[in-house]
Amino acid sequence: MTILVIAEHDNKVLAPATLNTVAAAAKIGGDIHVLVAGQGAGAVAEAAAKVAGVAKVLVADNAAYAHQLPENVAPLVAELGKGYSHILAAATSNGKNILPRVAAALDVDQISEIISVESADTFKRPIYAGNAIATVQSSAAVKVITVRATGFDPVAAEGGSAAVEAVAAAHDAGISSFVGEELAKSDRPELTAAKIVVSGGRGMQNGDNFKHLYALADKLGAAVGASRAAVDAGFVPNDMQVGQTGKIVAPQLYIAVGISGAIQHLAGMKDSKVIVAINKDEEAPIFQVADYGLVADLFEAIPELEKLV
Amino acid sequence: MKVLVAVKRVVDYNVKVRVKADNSGVDLANVKMSMNPFCEIAVEEAVRLKEKGVATEIVVVSVGPSTAQEQLRTALALGADRAILVENAEDLTSLAVAKLLKAVVDKEQPQLVILGKQAIDSDNNQTGQMLAALSGYGQGTFASKVEISGDSVAVTREIDGGAQTVSLKLPAIVTTDLRLNEPRYASLPNIMKAKKKPLEVLTPDALGVSTASTNKTVKVEAPAARSAGIKVKSVAELVEKLKNEAKVI
Repeated sequence: MTILVIAEHDNKVLAPATLNTVAAAAKIGGDIHVLVAGQGAGAVAEAAAKVAGVAKVLVADNAAYAHQLPENVAPLVAELGKGYSHILAAATSNGKNILPRVAAALDVDQISEIISVESADTFKRPIYAGNAIATVQSSAAVKVITVRATGFDPVAAEGGSAAVEAVAAAHDAGISSFVGEELAKSDRPELTAAKIVVSGGRGMQNGDNFKHLYALADKLGAAVGASRAAVDAGFVPNDMQVGQTGKIVAPQLYIAVGISGAIQHLAGMKDSKVIVAINKDEEAPIFQVADYGLVADLFEAIPELEKLV
Repeated sequence: MKVLVAVKRVVDYNVKVRVKADNSGVDLANVKMSMNPFCEIAVEEAVRLKEKGVATEIVVVSVGPSTAQEQLRTALALGADRAILVENAEDLTSLAVAKLLKAVVDKEQPQLVILGKQAIDSDNNQTGQMLAALSGYGQGTFASKVEISGDSVAVTREIDGGAQTVSLKLPAIVTTDLRLNEPRYASLPNIMKAKKKPLEVLTPDALGVSTASTNKTVKVEAPAARSAGIKVKSVAELVEKLKNEAKVI
């Protein structure tokens, strides 16, 4: 068995989610190869070669792969992937975009967002917004799988010494092009990788009030998230959204402030180790999943909390 | 141009589902069913394209049981012109649905196909991408903005770090994210009118598509329950618990 892991990167840095994906591959067992498809991504390939447990790094360097356009990257992965038993990618927006296109090209069903490996062909994944866990078995010759990062502890980023090999294959479908991107700037830890997450909801009342959460987060070294209500109301940008339709997080500590706790939101955070809820409505459903609940006005509680931690 | 929209009948998003005692699946007997929320956004976007004079005809398609006709009628009441049901009683995988939709795309030849980014029951997030692969079209997934100009479409996509814009040659596939638009409600007169709009029923056999699957669901379980928490009285007590009991700060 040989497993192909698709590296998640921006041509400069290997994204941490790749380490969780390699961890899932290690649980399946067999040789692990990592594919770095991009343009000028030499540093990413070097980083991938150092990841513990990686046997080989394949580098496909071509302008067509610069922005991870699925029309170009998916045929590459499908072509290389034919020789592998499994193809794995992180369930990031890139992985979700590219991998189903690969699976269809290989004419196999995909398994999305696995949270555990039962055996080489059997996996667990959440369905119905995390309200049920399905065990799925695949009989496909090549098993195409996306991995939920929070389901697997990352492997060490150092310690490996894999061979780096160039791949010549160039695919340019010529039906899509990159126009531009607008990335939100933040100095705080990345939401999906943070040990502590502080999230605000509709109860924050406006975007300006999020400064209270930022102050608390900075003191705790935490990332700041939000519920869909806060995003839809325009308080914060949508890449901060935690939930079924946003990001899935599982930090050591999740502090939900002014969030009622709708099913959609819980799907994104209920695997956190410790959940704290601060809400003035003591009937709010968030208290049913919170380890520690505080019924209080957040505008008094948050500044006090910031002072005490 | 012709726009094809795919919709799915799913358990209503407000329903808290329960896993069956024999672990064969979730209990959907007597549970309220609705159109998948992302599909509502897809229908709304198609209707807006028609209102702008970009789209000339909206065909809405669903793959599912005969009861999915209800969701197709809803889409017709929202502004779709005609509907196609590919009737199939069993649950199909995303790949099987994508193959059936590909057969409908071949038949209808739309310039744009709009789907939701994921269905809230299976949470797969695969069908649109798979349909794009099978038809050889470009894909604009997780769209928050769609602009058609000439023979291409500019799609602004929600990605992990922010937003990205790609340009796709038509015909193309777009999957909707939550912020693409705010779906409208169907008015009573439109619901009445929708009953007279054409609804064609097809079968996988008639389309010549095999729905065989390489995936098998072995069992479905309830997730591990969280142990009951406690309510603290003050911020000071909360900090004390987090430091000394939970040891997370």
